Amino acid sequence: MEVPILKQHHYLIATVQAALTDADLLHLRDALVQRVGKFRSRGVIVDVTALDVLDSFASRTLRDIAHMIRLRGADTVIVGIQPEVAFAMIQLGLNLEGVATALDLEEGLAFLDKQTESRAVQGRPA
Amino acid sequence: MVPPNGQPSDEILPRSSETPGSRLSPVPIRIETRSERDEIRVPIGSDLDIVKARQEGRRVAGNVGFSLTDLVLVATAISELARNIVRYARKGEIAIRPITNSAHNGIEIIARDEGPGIKDIEQVLQVGFSTSAGLGLGLPGVRRLMDEFEIQSKLGQGTTVITKKWKS
Repeated sequence: MEVPILKQHHYLIATVQAALTDADLLHLRDALVQRVGKFRSRGVIVDVTALDVLDSFASRTLRDIAHMIRLRGADTVIVGIQPEVAFAMIQLGLNLEGVATALDLEEGLAFLDKQTESRAVQGRPA
Repeated sequence: MVPPNGQPSDEILPRSSETPGSRLSPVPIRIETRSERDEIRVPIGSDLDIVKARQEGRRVAGNVGFSLTDLVLVATAISELARNIVRYARKGEIAIRPITNSAHNGIEIIARDEGPGIKDIEQVLQVGFSTSAGLGLGLPGVRRLMDEFEIQSKLGQGTTVITKKWKS
């Protein structure tokens, strides 16, 4: 099932709505990396609230998404990892190292606002 | 046959007097156990089947009465096992069934394939903490998610992983 990607101002919001196959995940990765350029987005939110399993492949793909988006000059935050899913991930030895996460969409937006603001300041010549 | 007290016994003629093949001769009656009847087999051949297997597993585990946390652990373990089948053996099956012992109810997951097999089982079970490193089989992770874990593999013949989780 394809994940809808909404454009909201400078951000892209991908909301996962049902279980994803490996192919769906790769499609999401490619679509986000491409659209960040197309819409000149500064940040990406991937909302996984609806996911009841985040296995090794899903975790690795989310990490790839975040790192690829970073290389494209934007920030990514994963939001909505459920408590049981977090527990299973830790048991499996997965931790999404180096990937920003937030509790929910609201926190994710706040994180991106702060992140893009500080980057804009850093990027300005003295 | 008449017991010492002289009362006629309810017992019918002893079996030894029956002629072979008579209609009273004992026939093996196979009693299907609950677990066998409830076994679900999901053929695995593509990434769609991975999703199907973990959804079936979650459903069976839900019927057993596992907590939400355990449902996710079971579904995640199935996902890893099914993906190994797709990645290394291309096709196989996941069998899921409720089990019981004297004290607990539980679930058994069996992943079977006729793929290339595993050369060094000890090695794949020792691959560090990260499933993205090394051979990436994720089997140490599956072992941590479940309560019991057994693996049989023969080079060129395939691999069978049997895992169980008991409801606490």
